[in-house]
Amino acid sequence: MYPFKRYVEIGRVALVNYGKDYGKLVVIVDVVDQNRALVDAPDMVRSQMNFKRLTLTDIKIDINRVPKKKTLIDPMEKACVKNKWENSSWGRKLIVQKRQASLNDFGRFKLMLAKIKKAGMVRQELAKLKKEIAA
Amino acid sequence: MAAKRKTPVKSRNPDLIRGVSKYSRSKMYHKRGLWAIKAKHGGFFPRHDPQPKAPAAAEKPPKFYPADDVKKPLLNKRKPKPTKLRAIITPGTVLILLAGRFMGKRVVFLKQLPSGLLLVTGPFKINGVPLRRVNQSYVIATSTKVDISGVNVEKFDDKYFAKEVEKKNKKGEGEFFEAEKEDKKLLPEGKKEDQKAVDVSLIKSIEGIPDLKAYLAARFSLKSGMKPHELAF
Repeated sequence: MYPFKRYVEIGRVALVNYGKDYGKLVVIVDVVDQNRALVDAPDMVRSQMNFKRLTLTDIKIDINRVPKKKTLIDPMEKACVKNKWENSSWGRKLIVQKRQASLNDFGRFKLMLAKIKKAGMVRQELAKLKKEIAA
Repeated sequence: MAAKRKTPVKSRNPDLIRGVSKYSRSKMYHKRGLWAIKAKHGGFFPRHDPQPKAPAAAEKPPKFYPADDVKKPLLNKRKPKPTKLRAIITPGTVLILLAGRFMGKRVVFLKQLPSGLLLVTGPFKINGVPLRRVNQSYVIATSTKVDISGVNVEKFDDKYFAKEVEKKNKKGEGEFFEAEKEDKKLLPEGKKEDQKAVDVSLIKSIEGIPDLKAYLAARFSLKSGMKPHELAF
């Protein structure tokens, strides 16, 4: 119904998709103007970023405008932003992507064997079900 | 010439800085014991009568005087070192061959030979690659390592892999018309034994790691979407 679900607001957690901090989770701490936000994370210096560099996530924390670093870290810990992220399907996909990119040649071979095995098992089950239906 | 000493003499006159020696001429005379030699021979330095020179062969005038001066090439005393082995390649590393008959095969690295080439084995039973020499440039080194401690590769060097020199047959008219006999040269039994000896303990350590045997038996190839500069090996 509504076209947008994730809004830019203070406390919105976003993923950086371009630049030096690529891949980091940051919290929007203030809005500078139509294009830029003031952005902060526990492990980086607070800085401004263009919205084009950010992808909004579903996670939001409860903070006031421009909190001090400590006042930022506490609500983040309370809301378990990191855990929520790593358990979300988006976050899990990113973790798997990173792991697969760092596989060595032997790792990729083992992955291929595992995929073939899994596909074989799935096909077997499917065949069983098909037989039951046919019978 | 006087007989050479077993160890070359180190200078008895060290340099304080370049160009300035520690001892003066008179001190050096004393250090070298020239006074003792003189004393031994009654105040004179011993002189040897010149040895009779062998009669020099009569020099013939050369038959040919070249019109232009031919320059002599400079002397080259360079001794090439074996190629520097990449730090990632250690005995037991799995390598991917990139060229040649076995291109794409994953093989186990044994050692670097004195010529700089790498000694490599399949093992033969697993992927058909025998004990073979391979150039480091035509190889991708993976980070997978196999335990190679049970293997003795001392006896292999470049001479082991040298081509056997064929004895030249006397040419006879009949032989031109006959088909060449024995095109294929059989591998000497000794080489087969060497292969087996090297592979026995290797295969045991390979079977200890799950999937490694299938990995070595398979060939490497680039699939769609694989970017070599982004792959970690």
